[in-house]
Amino acid sequence: MTTAIGQPLERVDGRAKVTGSARYSTEIPATGMAHACLVGAQVAAGRVTAVDASDAWEEPGVLAVLTHENLPRIAAQPPLVPSLFGGPAPGETFFPMQDDTVHYGGQAVALVVADTHERAQHAAALLRVEYEESEPLTTIEQGRDQAYEPEAIFGGFLPGHSARGDIEAGLEKADTVVECTYTFAANNHNPLETSGTTAMWDGDELLLHDATQGVNATQLTVAALLGIPLSKIRVLGHYVGGSFGCKAMIWHHPALAALAAREVGRPVKLALTRAQMFTSCGHREEQEQHITLGATDDGRLTALRHHKLSPTSHFDDWAEPSLNSAAQMYACPNYEGAYRLFRANTMTPTFMRGPGDSTGLFALECAMDELAERTGLDPIELRLRNFADSDPVSGNPWSSNGLKECYERGAARFGWYERDPEPRSRREGNWLIGTGMAAAGYPAPPPGTPQRARARIYADGSVVVQAATPEFGTGVATVMAQVAADALGVPVERCRFEKGDTDFPGIAAAVGSAGAGMISAAVHTAATALRDQLVREAVADSGSPLHGADPADVAVRDGVMTVSSPGAPSEAYADLLQRNHRPDAEASGTWNPPGLDTPYGMLTFGAQFAEVAVDPELGMVRVRRMTGAFAPGRVLNTRTVRSQLTGGMLWGLGQALLEANHMEPRTGRWAAGSLGDYLIAVNADAPDVEVELVEVEDRVVNPLGVKGVGEIGQVGANAAIANAVHHATGRRIRKMPITIEDIIG
Amino acid sequence: MSVRGPSLTERGPGLEERGPGPVPVTLSVNGAERELEIEPRVSLLDALREHLDLTGPKKGCDQGACGACTVWVDGRRVLACLTLALSCEGREVTTIEGLAGPDGELHPMQRAFIAQDAFQCGYCTPGQIMSAVALTAEGHTRDDDEIKEWMSGNLCRCAAYPHIRAAVRAVRDGT
Amino acid sequence: MRLITYSRAADAAGAITTVSSDPTSDFLAGGTTEIDLLRQNVLTPRRLVDINALPLTGVEQAPDGGLRIGALARMSEVAASPLVRERFPVIAEALESGASPQLRNMASMGGNLMQRVRCPYYRDTASPCNRREPGTGCSAVEGFSRGHAVLGTSEHCIATHPSDVAVALAALDARVHTHGSRGEQTYSIDDFFLTPGHTPHREHPLEHGELITAIEVPSSPVARRSLYLKVRDRESYEFALVSAACALSLVDGTIADVRLALGGVATKPWRAHRAEGVLLGAEAGRESFTEAARVELADARPTANNAFKTGLAQRVIVRALETLTANGRTS
Repeated sequence: MTTAIGQPLERVDGRAKVTGSARYSTEIPATGMAHACLVGAQVAAGRVTAVDASDAWEEPGVLAVLTHENLPRIAAQPPLVPSLFGGPAPGETFFPMQDDTVHYGGQAVALVVADTHERAQHAAALLRVEYEESEPLTTIEQGRDQAYEPEAIFGGFLPGHSARGDIEAGLEKADTVVECTYTFAANNHNPLETSGTTAMWDGDELLLHDATQGVNATQLTVAALLGIPLSKIRVLGHYVGGSFGCKAMIWHHPALAALAAREVGRPVKLALTRAQMFTSCGHREEQEQHITLGATDDGRLTALRHHKLSPTSHFDDWAEPSLNSAAQMYACPNYEGAYRLFRANTMTPTFMRGPGDSTGLFALECAMDELAERTGLDPIELRLRNFADSDPVSGNPWSSNGLKECYERGAARFGWYERDPEPRSRREGNWLIGTGMAAAGYPAPPPGTPQRARARIYADGSVVVQAATPEFGTGVATVMAQVAADALGVPVERCRFEKGDTDFPGIAAAVGSAGAGMISAAVHTAATALRDQLVREAVADSGSPLHGADPADVAVRDGVMTVSSPGAPSEAYADLLQRNHRPDAEASGTWNPPGLDTPYGMLTFGAQFAEVAVDPELGMVRVRRMTGAFAPGRVLNTRTVRSQLTGGMLWGLGQALLEANHMEPRTGRWAAGSLGDYLIAVNADAPDVEVELVEVEDRVVNPLGVKGVGEIGQVGANAAIANAVHHATGRRIRKMPITIEDIIG
Repeated sequence: MSVRGPSLTERGPGLEERGPGPVPVTLSVNGAERELEIEPRVSLLDALREHLDLTGPKKGCDQGACGACTVWVDGRRVLACLTLALSCEGREVTTIEGLAGPDGELHPMQRAFIAQDAFQCGYCTPGQIMSAVALTAEGHTRDDDEIKEWMSGNLCRCAAYPHIRAAVRAVRDGT
Repeated sequence: MRLITYSRAADAAGAITTVSSDPTSDFLAGGTTEIDLLRQNVLTPRRLVDINALPLTGVEQAPDGGLRIGALARMSEVAASPLVRERFPVIAEALESGASPQLRNMASMGGNLMQRVRCPYYRDTASPCNRREPGTGCSAVEGFSRGHAVLGTSEHCIATHPSDVAVALAALDARVHTHGSRGEQTYSIDDFFLTPGHTPHREHPLEHGELITAIEVPSSPVARRSLYLKVRDRESYEFALVSAACALSLVDGTIADVRLALGGVATKPWRAHRAEGVLLGAEAGRESFTEAARVELADARPTANNAFKTGLAQRVIVRALETLTANGRTS
């Protein structure tokens, strides 16, 4: 049996990416290309009273100025449903320029189209928009009093309130109670490629090149908004320059690009500016989480209360699901979780890497560290004492787990037990050194719809597999070739994965770490169907050496079908096709994912370790090393998986120490709107990272048992760092990010 | 095209003033003379991407804050977004497209980036590589701390930083 | 970005005449500020005069043993100069802690001194800003001001001067040479930068069209033992929250000479004259360092967001002095 799966193959698109030949969505040349530029509202609340475009029209080359006064009305506003569920997936249930209302700062109030980029940009700057401004409400400080408990969040998929056992009784039973409030600054995704769409009409047919995590999601959403048949809209997204959640839902710009292109009768390119990335495609909301842990003297949890307060938009009850994994991590019989929201002058927040769990588990894992200190237990020992043998929420068995191995192997690799648990016990010159750990968990949710792929083998034995999914850095083209190779029994070099095109079989948006699992399932299903089809043909073919054999006795290796019987008759796929004068053979595969009611707890686990150096006088925190051990089910490619996990862990570092945006209470606008003001980690911030892979077999989540690695690397890394800061300094800083003033304050 | 304000067309004393409308420009890019007609306000980055179809240099911020547009002008790494195309006349511009050999043979740094998996989405990669090659020529590769600091002008949101350092080391050490 | 014309100056006189005679014209050197702010519509010249071909480069030893830096020398060239690294390490360190390698290859030394404040409100044309549009008000005073100044502020502007190397130059009594329609001028670096007062839009005493030609650093034996200490959130590619340029010489444990300037905390590169007054002749040690730091920050006027800077600046001063007296380095 060939085993391409798991091999650390180099990325098949490496050459395109290192030579600059990879084309991203706004790098598609077209004759007569026009350039569009969004104009965002300069106030956060109120309405547009007048738009004076006379100066803008003075700029040479201007083709159109679209505002609420002349932009065509959308056909329908689809509901907000997470894109993993495979339907239309607008980022918010609001479409701009349908009336004069301004709901949030930066909301699109105009779109200017010109023949060059410079002219569009400058004409946009010359547009004079007058506002009637009302007082904005954007911060927790301002909105706390107006909070309500929503019935459901997250597109209606998660309850606003959940409980098990008796929380009050659990607290009653506790010998120790840890009660803490954690605050989180808002975060912005800031992939290096800004969002953007190139739109081209040919008659009534629309072609979009879109930077998206799901070309089908773009297709479905734009078709609904514009009221055009799905058969008339094709979306391409071959390369996407990072997303991290801001391209997981479909925001306004693809539809706006299409409307603009129809208006000017030319192809239109709409690339958001960096500043617009802060106001046009969601964010991780500011939030406050309150945790109460009750435990017995020997560290067994008796109660967990977890409340979250955050702002949402005027249109949607959205909170990132921070109470998901946190409710499942430990065997705690008494639990209460509740979301509270208030309506604010903000766009609807959205997924951002480690959505929900990176904040929810920050709170829980920091609180667990405090409990470990109170009970005098080693933090790993405390977690082992509360290990959940089954899913505490449903009582169902885990589909797979591996958490104990993550603790063990992560601790060994990191050298965890060499620490003196006493805070402030290690100093090197001006630096206090500390170590910390945290557990990590992230759901392995099945997609909501069947996932499809197509496999084709040519008469020369080379293979093409197709599915609609785009490539945004995960290595999907590389690993899906590996999956197809193993399923078909051909060398991986003979397999090519084609992607990023709605003409290919449909795939839900690759979000929430579900991409590798669901796409591999579709590819595996299609490739297996093709293999089975060819074997069936061979055994039925009187001209084949395999004629008459039982298909169950046929194995395929290196593209050669061989019967496990005396003489081992064999024939290559290519020979079978050529002999029958067939240019190719093709099969489709559809994978029907398990339902949400599958009787298993499906969570990916990990353990995070960090060592920090803190200069307590100058307030500087430097992360010196990080180790993460993860149990992501089956690993399709150890090279790309390690890279993704490394990136996630360093995201945790950024969230812990750097990344913050704040709404200005007076203006309701973001304080940071550039990469100079919103700090993401640079090379100098990033230590070397160790990744330990704990492979666990999972027969439930999908055919290959792939649980995904996009998020789990980030979850818990921030808590490990905060716990290390405590170990170094003796101080608990219960907020994200931890900055200089917190250390010296 | 229309021009606003008569003062714009006046020549400064002794200086040849060009624009503000499109003017013919010759740029030497990757060893070839390229002629284009652009307004003086066009950045080197937009001239390369929008007019010469060289989309290897990336637009990450257009504000000098990310490094994705890093190219070489007369052999030194600079940011194309904050450089006017006209100011590059008479200078040699090198982009990622000019790094591989004429037969398509990859530069050792390009090979090392692939081998070390020093990228994920690939959007910052051309800038990273142009910086990494320059860094090596500058002699700032003595140790990891130096590489870290001198590669810090190139943001990578996928955070492939440890692997980028590994690629630079590999080229330095000839491994 | 608005329409502009472009011309390339062949000689300084032509460039100065052109820009001096047209208030809507600007010099273009490295472009790292000019192009950036043009694109933001913060600067609105109609005409750019490219001065990069002018012979204003070079880093040379002056006859008095000091340093003469051409206004068009690039930050990276100055930082790499063996003369600078050996005799004025604080200048090299300040330069290399600023911006990024690419920006340092572009930015000229003259342009560095002329760079504008990094206040987000200054850069955002939707926000009131007295520096950009006099009389419109200061958004930072009541706004988000974590990065803003605590020294040299006024009710009209609290923006921090962003330069690192100017802090080192301030510590070393550099002089700025210019050429304009009034002829040649020389400014002490302290006079070159203006605090906002009632006129935050005036950042320098230069008249329009006056061109920086060179920066001169006088001979300064004390500078051989000098350092630049920069504290920021991110480890690189970020402006200072607080920085200190410091040079010091000791005789028998007593401070014989000291130069100290602060960055990140003031509306201009801030020469710490008061601290120097305390330190000069004092016994080197935590006690005198702490007192010097306290005295220097005594008039600090922080906002709610940047109150930590007052204490942090004092700690940075103490650390810089301690590091120099220990003849060690911060790790």
